[in-house]
Amino acid sequence: MINFLARRLFAGVVLILVITTLAYALIYSSAGNAARNILGENATADDVAAKARELGLDRPLHEQYFDWFSNAIRGDLGVSWFTSEPVSALLANRLPVTLSMVILAVLVTAVISAILGVTAAVRGGWLDRLLQVVSVIGFSLPNFWVALVLVVIFAVAVPIFPATGYVPMSESLSGWFLALILPVIALVLGGIASAAQQIRGAVIDVLDMDYVRTLRARGLSSTSVLLRHVLRNAAPPALTVLSLQFIALLGGAVVIERVFAIPGMGTLTINSSFQGDVPALMGVVVALVILVVIVNLVIDLANGWINPKARLQ
Amino acid sequence: MHDTASAAPLLVAKDVVVEYPRKGFRAKPFQVLHGVSLDILPGETVGLVGESGSGKTTLGRAILGLVQPASGTITFDGQDITALDRKERRKLSDSIQVVFQDPYTSLNPTMTVGDILSEPLLAKPELKGSARARISELLEQVGLPSGAVDKYPREFSGGQRQRVAIARALALSPRLIVCDEPVSALDLSTQARVLDLFIEIQERTGVAYLFVSHDLSVVRHISHRVAVMFKGDIVEYGDGDQVTSHPTHPYTQKLLMSAPVADPRRQRERREERRLLLAGTGSEGQP
Amino acid sequence: MTEATTALTNAPLPTAPGRVSITRTVLRNPLGLTALIILTLIILISVVAPFFAPHDPSEVKIDKILAPPSADYLLGGDGAGRDVFSRLIWAGQNTLLGALIAVTIALVLGSVAGLIAGYFGKAFDAAFSWASNILMALPAMIVLLALYQTLGGSVYSTMAVFGVMLSPGFFRLVRNQVIAVKNELYVDAARVSGLSDTRIISRHILRVVRSPIIIQTSVIAGIAIIIQSGLEFLGLGDPATPTWGGMLQDAFSNIYINPPGILWPGLIIAATVASLVLLGNAVRDGLQGPRAAAVRPRAVPQHPHGHTAAQGAIEALDADPGKAPLLRVKDIQVGYGNTENPITVVRGVSFDVAPGEIVGIVGESGSGKTQTAFSILGLLPRGGRVLSGSIQFRGRDITFAPESEMQKLRGRDIAYIPQEPMSNLDPSFTIGHQLVEPMQAVLKISKEEARKRALALLARVGIADPERTFRSYPHEISGGMAQRVLIAGAVSCEPKLLIADEPTTALDVTVQAEVLDLLRDLQSEMGMGIVMVTHNFGVVADLCDRVVVMQHGRVVETNDAETLFYAPAEPYTKSLLGATLDDAPPRPPLGQKFLSSSSKGQNHA
Repeated sequence: MINFLARRLFAGVVLILVITTLAYALIYSSAGNAARNILGENATADDVAAKARELGLDRPLHEQYFDWFSNAIRGDLGVSWFTSEPVSALLANRLPVTLSMVILAVLVTAVISAILGVTAAVRGGWLDRLLQVVSVIGFSLPNFWVALVLVVIFAVAVPIFPATGYVPMSESLSGWFLALILPVIALVLGGIASAAQQIRGAVIDVLDMDYVRTLRARGLSSTSVLLRHVLRNAAPPALTVLSLQFIALLGGAVVIERVFAIPGMGTLTINSSFQGDVPALMGVVVALVILVVIVNLVIDLANGWINPKARLQ
Repeated sequence: MHDTASAAPLLVAKDVVVEYPRKGFRAKPFQVLHGVSLDILPGETVGLVGESGSGKTTLGRAILGLVQPASGTITFDGQDITALDRKERRKLSDSIQVVFQDPYTSLNPTMTVGDILSEPLLAKPELKGSARARISELLEQVGLPSGAVDKYPREFSGGQRQRVAIARALALSPRLIVCDEPVSALDLSTQARVLDLFIEIQERTGVAYLFVSHDLSVVRHISHRVAVMFKGDIVEYGDGDQVTSHPTHPYTQKLLMSAPVADPRRQRERREERRLLLAGTGSEGQP
Repeated sequence: MTEATTALTNAPLPTAPGRVSITRTVLRNPLGLTALIILTLIILISVVAPFFAPHDPSEVKIDKILAPPSADYLLGGDGAGRDVFSRLIWAGQNTLLGALIAVTIALVLGSVAGLIAGYFGKAFDAAFSWASNILMALPAMIVLLALYQTLGGSVYSTMAVFGVMLSPGFFRLVRNQVIAVKNELYVDAARVSGLSDTRIISRHILRVVRSPIIIQTSVIAGIAIIIQSGLEFLGLGDPATPTWGGMLQDAFSNIYINPPGILWPGLIIAATVASLVLLGNAVRDGLQGPRAAAVRPRAVPQHPHGHTAAQGAIEALDADPGKAPLLRVKDIQVGYGNTENPITVVRGVSFDVAPGEIVGIVGESGSGKTQTAFSILGLLPRGGRVLSGSIQFRGRDITFAPESEMQKLRGRDIAYIPQEPMSNLDPSFTIGHQLVEPMQAVLKISKEEARKRALALLARVGIADPERTFRSYPHEISGGMAQRVLIAGAVSCEPKLLIADEPTTALDVTVQAEVLDLLRDLQSEMGMGIVMVTHNFGVVADLCDRVVVMQHGRVVETNDAETLFYAPAEPYTKSLLGATLDDAPPRPPLGQKFLSSSSKGQNHA
């Protein structure tokens, strides 16, 4: 088990290194006219050159990267070119907002899609057919459009929930919850349908296994076979579905934050992208990759705990 | 080794060792065959019997070039074919052919019988022109109607599919066919008919078979000579009737005694014999 | 984003498309046809937009800002006073082109890499799979935003990069399919036939991979359209160019003044994506037959005797169970499918099993012998049920007994030994757990007591180190051992009747002999009746007292074992016995032919 953990951890670190290196090369390669962007159209060529020198952009890319990297492992991700705030501080402000929204969304997705998927697999019939229809609809509606519809309904027509804005958890727990209701609904609608579909498939696969019949032939009730044996064997694929959901929700959060005016990672990414705020973008990438690695590690551990074979491999 | 061995052997396998790499760094490879030797005469059937994990299928695959031996030699018609490259090996397709166990997975479900049978002819440009005629000839040989050409494998029963597989093996008039458990997936009555087809084809065309099976009675019925494999070694090799009816090696004896006979009284006797045999040699049946 | 690529295609992929023409399949499916028509219309209108649109997309009329629909502006005006209708059809071009770029790149990159990784394996596979996992681990939207400046602020180059990020969807599909196909025996056969790698790939592999790729493409195209609209909605790209996402952005900025503005761009995106997905579904359904769910009314096998379950209470037909046979199966019919027109697989089977008697059910594949066995247990596979007839166990009619009653009988009174040892053990639990759990449930004993019993049973069925096997997981033991474990489980509650379904077929012949000995010993110890389903007359001769011969769902002959073997009554029984090779002559030495009369097999040729 330790061996298994160590290998996964190592793979995670490699992933972080590869992606940050790649991202650095790609993002900084376009940073050439960053100095002019910052100073505006009226700056003289000398001013621009001086600014570029100040930002270190005149040095070879690998040297810049080496500096950035050696600072980054000490937690210093540089300073935003536009607001002069440290990137780590920017992230510390934004990450909790997005994370609280995405974690809430993953939990909602997990609970609802598990219930829907298992019920559809076991009961079949109209519920199963309904799930097929809903999953096509859920997939086809862009989540930002669903968000817009929610804004129209709840901000314009029936103002029950706050349609925009964000309240930190530390300020007011109920305010935080109310502010996140609409964004989370918009985020999870598509994901629940597809996750439920996949969980349904996983459960049906296990229900068709020979050992399910044999266990029932031993006198176990179908309920206890379902709860103890079927769900346990269907869990690994379901967990993988949820880890992919997490990544999808992180991406989806960008647009949702824009619609609901939530000051999270998405808003930071959009602003930095349009301004060409390279250090801030790198910060976003680093934070995301670490997050993804942690989630995958947790899922791997859970799978190893559930599935005796995975532990050995 | 065999008294009718006046002709030169068609195939000689000598000290063939096959290993599979084990998982893990520097792990010693797993040896499936520990130096197996075997010869097949032209027109002869050599039966290869053994249980799962004995290495019988691996030996067949090594002869077919689907597995690379770690050491030892395989000679076909005087030519060393142990380590041919893909191109050289392809030239052997008109000499050595195969019929696999499972007639369901050995035929591509998306291809018609005609497509399947024309496959071996594809590789031979000189045969392309007469492909159509050759296919109906092949179908006739294996007892399938000529209308089968445009049908898909799923439209046939297990026995008929195995006939298609046999026809494919015959397409290039090979001199040796490796038959890997070709009747074990079939029902009893179908099995008997397919075995008869194998014998009939051999008597007509003079093709040789390496007939791999776990079933002693099947092997006995079709083989001139029989080799018994146990854990990667041939433990007994000789005249078919002698090996399958009066085996000398304890493992072969155990194998024979273990197979139940379809006759209650004789089965009772056989059970007793087996009990005595095991009491005498220990239950592993090892040499 | 990639979660959805697997979501909508997770149904088992078709393996035998055969002669089915993809176009015809789609046209025959009403939903598929509708989707195809909608999609064609959207594409067509987008292409001919320059000739078709009533206004130029950037034509501004100040008086039409956020105007309601009118004869001039069919769908009203947007925030800048442009015609929503004209912009909508002009935008199609831009959005669809972006999606096309992404899909093409994903398709080519993913499929080629998948083919190479799958077919040649090793280093290629390791490298490509690693790259694919990295791409899948990243949220596309954020990566695309981060790279937006690098890519020169162009939507098309952004979509090209998105294509790369989508390629794992194709890569994983193609790779897995290729690996599955590569291990098929027909590819080995093609190799032996002398075909080259390129020929094998084009003849065997591409054929199989083609339809899954078509299905996947429809889903990926849908994702591309949604992500592109999302990027445009955020403001990427040239604001002057009309796009569906850009139109939504405009509607969003005026959302408090003109809420209905969000309607049309959203609907057209949804309609396009839904059509693509439905088209893909239609292809999939056509290739694999009706959706699995349609033929599986209930997922957990309910008691098979569904339609008359109302009258289900167990009735005592015979007051004295001592006189009745242990099991009486009377004229049962078993069928699958809908109620009006079921496909019957067992057509009126009757036989009795006396206490302590071993009855063999013999037949070839498709004879209905296994279905008969399952119907006694009340565990027919999904969709199967007893249509008529009766099954009496110790004088009680259990044919239409409710599930709760059957559950009380199973394990304690009627037990089951399956055919395939490995697949009948739950891989996630130890052997010990799988023995202890049912014993606790059935016998209502403590865990400790059940554990002691389980260890004793494991020793009884001939397992050398019971403690160790008890702690093992199924994948850690051999097939022969697994079958002993299953036998231990079956007899753990001392049943009166044991249903054994081909219990030795999957075993080696030497192990088979040992398992047959074990079954014989256990039977004489416990005195249970056994129904032995088998195709092997040797097994019947070894074990059975009486034999039922089945063919095509019917009983051909029922007889005691001695009579059946030495004086079979029916020609079919005779022909089956005649096909056994036990007494067939050995092949004469090379150079001599069989005398035609002595070749037993040739009688059936």
